[in-house]
Amino acid sequence: MLKINNLHAKLEDEDKQILKGVSLEVPAGEVHAIMGPNGSGKSTTSYVLSGRDGYEVTEGEVTLNGEDLLDMEPEERAAAGLFLAFQYPVEIPGVGNMTFLRTAANAQRKARGEEELSAADFLKLIREKAKTLNIDADMLKRPVNVGFSGGEKKRNEILQMALLEPKMCILDETDSGLDVDAMRLVADGVNALRSPDRAFLVITHYQRLLDHIKPDVVHIMADGKIVKTGGPELALEVEQNGYADLLAEAS
Amino acid sequence: MNTTPDLEVREGVDRETVETVANMGSYKYGWDTEIEMEYAPKGINEDIVRLISQKNEEPEWMTEWRLKAFRRWQEMRLPEWAMLDIPDIDFQDQYYYARPKSMETKPKSLDEVDPKLLATYEKLGIPLKEQMILAGVEGAEEAPAAGRKVAVDAVFDSVSVGTTFKDELAKAGVIFCSISEAIREHPELVKKYLGSVVPQGDNFYSALNSAVFSDGSFVYIPPGVTCPMELSTYFRINAENTGQFERTLIIADKGSYVSYLEGCTAPKRDTAQLHAAVVEIVILEDAEVKYSTVQNWFPGDEEGKGGIYNFVTKRADCREARAKVMWTQVETGSAVTWKYPSCILRGDDSQGEFYSIAITNNHQQADTGTKMLHLGKNTRSRIVSKGISAGQAQNTYRGRVAMHPKATNSRNYTQCDSLLIGDKCGAHTVPYIEVKNSSSRVEHEATTSKVDDDQMFYCRQRGMDEEEAVALIVNGFAKEVLQALPMEFAMEAQSLVAISLEGSVG
Repeated sequence: MLKINNLHAKLEDEDKQILKGVSLEVPAGEVHAIMGPNGSGKSTTSYVLSGRDGYEVTEGEVTLNGEDLLDMEPEERAAAGLFLAFQYPVEIPGVGNMTFLRTAANAQRKARGEEELSAADFLKLIREKAKTLNIDADMLKRPVNVGFSGGEKKRNEILQMALLEPKMCILDETDSGLDVDAMRLVADGVNALRSPDRAFLVITHYQRLLDHIKPDVVHIMADGKIVKTGGPELALEVEQNGYADLLAEAS
Repeated sequence: MNTTPDLEVREGVDRETVETVANMGSYKYGWDTEIEMEYAPKGINEDIVRLISQKNEEPEWMTEWRLKAFRRWQEMRLPEWAMLDIPDIDFQDQYYYARPKSMETKPKSLDEVDPKLLATYEKLGIPLKEQMILAGVEGAEEAPAAGRKVAVDAVFDSVSVGTTFKDELAKAGVIFCSISEAIREHPELVKKYLGSVVPQGDNFYSALNSAVFSDGSFVYIPPGVTCPMELSTYFRINAENTGQFERTLIIADKGSYVSYLEGCTAPKRDTAQLHAAVVEIVILEDAEVKYSTVQNWFPGDEEGKGGIYNFVTKRADCREARAKVMWTQVETGSAVTWKYPSCILRGDDSQGEFYSIAITNNHQQADTGTKMLHLGKNTRSRIVSKGISAGQAQNTYRGRVAMHPKATNSRNYTQCDSLLIGDKCGAHTVPYIEVKNSSSRVEHEATTSKVDDDQMFYCRQRGMDEEEAVALIVNGFAKEVLQALPMEFAMEAQSLVAISLEGSVG
């Protein structure tokens, strides 16, 4: 599914290297977590993978199902099945959530040469998805993320994920600012989407999200690199002892 | 030049915006109709004014009215206060009258109209055959009762081609016809109201229009009548080097209501073309008029060549108590726009509203806004202006809100938002506020923002390309105004917003 090999990246207008050789592989059907202290390059990894402006890849390759990801525009990556659940979902005043979702869904369908959904079919589909995720239909009528609580914003991200049915889902610190109940809802949403042909990369600071989304593999990131890879027990170790020991061990 | 894709009534709303962007070459109305034309000689003088009057078979008083305006115009100077950079216009190098030869004898009905002309409107999506008149939109949940009808007066260069649904309107007592016909058939109304809202000498362009206007639309709604359908005028400039000077006069008698739509397009040409219209609206006691424009003149090419120079005076006079007017305009076309649809709130408790979206891209320039002149007591006005600039375009909102000493307890609220796309364009806001009594209240709010990189990335990460994303964000920005449009127009306007911003990103 996703293969990252020796990825180096820096901010376009600064010389400082942020990613210094990230390598990892997420096969289909698996859930991987990336943990690490602040400033280790976790969010940068998600931005570089999704093609956000402002970053320059100086070395390395990334492929998604064999396709060169770094060569694509953000919208092409989305059409290829890459989805980023944002840490801070953006507000778009005046644009109804429903309109946004329908435009996105049809843009991707069009890009893949599939037939677009009619208004009626879309409505049916989105209502179904919202229902399974326990999302109030009222949220669909409001402008995208405007006036949403932190929990609502994150649930909206999961709703988008459910609608767009991506192959590779990246969750960028989806747990930040969420209370336990909201986190539970988000995790349930992710778990409902787990399938043998889909993979997840969960970027997180804490163990608590991983209590609900059980990862297959945990990577520890520090100073722009993956310094340790292991099973779910690695996350528990971090929770108990912090990063200090792991980092000392790696250096 | 006939390369326009087929036009069809579309289903749904939002998707179309996006499709339109993807599928359309820039300006989709840029083709011209090959048709034999009859021109008045180039230039303007008293003989030309007389000739136009004669072509329209006007009575003597009208000819005199025009000549008076022409003499006035000769003494006037071009207005230079707007934030517009306009090359010199040679007023003697224009044709002031052009009509299809086939219109020499006035057709009695649409059956007698040259099929080429009818085909032109059909291609523009303006059906003139009554049975084809815009039906409600299928499938949309918010669709109104099916089969809403729209009557159309179609103006081609200097003449009105035809007006639909006249008989049905006449049953309700509504008069809807070309202004040339009104001058012949309803002189008492025209004499009473023409020039009463926009005096001949109001400004340089109103004087010019008064002298040489060739056609336009006339509407009279009798007391107590709610007009049974939407009325609309569609202006098409086709001939080269020809100015279009149309005149619209709408009279809403006591307790009446009408919603009026106006659309306009012109072929792509290398040279700029002049358009100077005057719209006068008279609203009597308890009457209400909604006037909506989707202006889609050719904006000029990407280098700024060609396009329409649009100098328009539009004004509504709420002449008696509780009269109400609502202007809604979507400006996407024109190389230059100089236009301020305004309200005179003369009657006590009268109300004026102005909703505007002005989009400028490439080298377009717009100086537009409104005037709210509060003369009566307890008068209220609201201004919502959304300006969008992209490319190297300049966009100015210019507004005047005046509370006269007798306009006690009156209120105005102005909201003026500008959105910039890219870093070479400009947005300017020039509000003039005059308050001459102590019980009135005026509020002005203004914001300027840029299309946000984060918003763009968010949309693109979800699969939209840059232009789809901009169209979506801009439609959101302009939503408040788009919602004020009648539904038939709202959809067209939404796609227009997208088209006119093509190429503004990336």
